[in-house]
Amino acid sequence: MDNTMLTSKRSIVLVALCILILSAGLAAAADQAAPAQVIKITAKKFEYSPNEIRIKTGVPVVFEFTSLDRVHGFTVPDLGGIRLTIEPGKANRVTILAPKSGTYEFHCDLFCGDGHEGMTGRIIVED
Amino acid sequence: MNIDRRDFLKLLGMGSAVLVLGQGGRAGAADMAAGKDDFMFVQLSDTHWGFSGPQINPDATGTLKKAIAAVNSMKTQPDFVVFTGDITHTTDDPKERRKRMAEARDIISGLKVKNIRFTAGEHDAGLDNGEAFQEYFGKTRYTFDHKGVHFIVIDNVSDPTSSITDPQLQWLGDELKKLDKDSRIIVLTHRPLFDLYPNWDWWTRDGAKAIDLLMPYKNVTVLYGHIHQENHHMTGHIPHHAAKGLMFPLPAPGSLPKRVPIPWDASAPYKGLGYRSVESLSKKADLTITEYPVQNG
Repeated sequence: MDNTMLTSKRSIVLVALCILILSAGLAAAADQAAPAQVIKITAKKFEYSPNEIRIKTGVPVVFEFTSLDRVHGFTVPDLGGIRLTIEPGKANRVTILAPKSGTYEFHCDLFCGDGHEGMTGRIIVED
Repeated sequence: MNIDRRDFLKLLGMGSAVLVLGQGGRAGAADMAAGKDDFMFVQLSDTHWGFSGPQINPDATGTLKKAIAAVNSMKTQPDFVVFTGDITHTTDDPKERRKRMAEARDIISGLKVKNIRFTAGEHDAGLDNGEAFQEYFGKTRYTFDHKGVHFIVIDNVSDPTSSITDPQLQWLGDELKKLDKDSRIIVLTHRPLFDLYPNWDWWTRDGAKAIDLLMPYKNVTVLYGHIHQENHHMTGHIPHHAAKGLMFPLPAPGSLPKRVPIPWDASAPYKGLGYRSVESLSKKADLTITEYPVQNG
C-alpha cells in the first residue's frame, strides 16, 4: 500500500468523523431550539378543560395542569400508567410521549366527590 | 381473565364457587346442609344511600328497604350480613355525610340479623380518610372468624389514591402469617384487587401486592363491590366475585365510552339490582353463591 492511498483513506475517515460530529451538534442545537410543546389544562370538579387533546406520535408534549379547586389526579392507564397529582396553586407538569397512534383515555384517580367518575378525557395520538 | 356466567359455570371444577340463580329472593336462600360448621351469609353492596336521580332510580329511598325486607323474609336467616362498600353516596358536606350514614345505619338496623359487618367504599370514606365511616360503622380494616372461616376486611378506599397502602399490606401479611396455608379465607373489600378495567378506575393501585400475599393460601375467595354488577374472575386459584349494587347498575367494563349509570327501565323496574347469599359448607371447599334480584312490589 503506497503513502498516497493511506493518506487518502485517512482523509475519508476524518471527513466522515467531522460530518458525524457536525450532525450530532446540529441535532442537539435543533433540540434546544425546539422545546417540547406545552399544553395547558385546567382541572376542576368534575372536568378537565380541554378534555380532548391531540398530539403527534413519538413527539414529547408537556401537559401542564392547574387545579381550580382541590387536589385532583390524572392518569392514562394505557400509556404505561403514567400519573400525576394535580395540586391547587401550582403548575403540575407531566411529559407525555405516545409511541403509537390511537385514542388514550385519561381520568382523575383521586376521589374528588359526587361526579368524580365522570372526570375523564382522551388523548388522540396521530401520526 | 374475565369470565361471563357461562364460562364461570365451566370453572366449577376448578375449585372456586358454585353459582346459583335465585328465582324469588323472598322465598328463601339455598337449603342448608346440617353440618354444624355450615353457614350462610348475605352480601349487600353499593346501596349509595343519599343518591338522587329519578332517571336512574326513581325509588332511591325504597330500594335498600326492599332488599332488607327480602333478606328478612328468607326462610333460612343468614348468620350475618356483609356490606361491601358505598353504603352512602358521597357529599362534600361533612354534616350531610353523617346524616346519610345515620339514616343508612337506621335502615340497616331493620335487619332481623344483628351480626352485620361493614366495608367502606370511596363514596363513604374517600373524602375524609374514613373518619365519618368509622364513627358510624366501625373500623375500615379488621378480621373476624366464623365457624372455621377467617374473614379479612381490606380497606382500599380511605387513602385518596384508592390504594391499600404499605402499612395495611404489612398488617395483612402479619394477619396471614397467623394462618395455616390451607385455612379457609374470605376477603371482603370494595374495589377489585386485580386490574379489572383501569381505564374506568376499576382496580386497586397496589392490589397486586395483596394478591401476592394471599396467593400461598389454598382456599381464598374475594368478594367485592364497586362495579355494580356481577363479575367473576380468577387470579391463579383465587376467585374474585363482584356483587350487584342496590342503587343503579353500571355498564360492563369498557362496553360504553363512559362508566355512567344505566338508566331506569320502566318496563323492568330494579333491573340489574340485587344481592346474594353465600353458603359455606365445612365439608366442601367451594362456596355456593346465590344471586337474587330486587323485586317490584
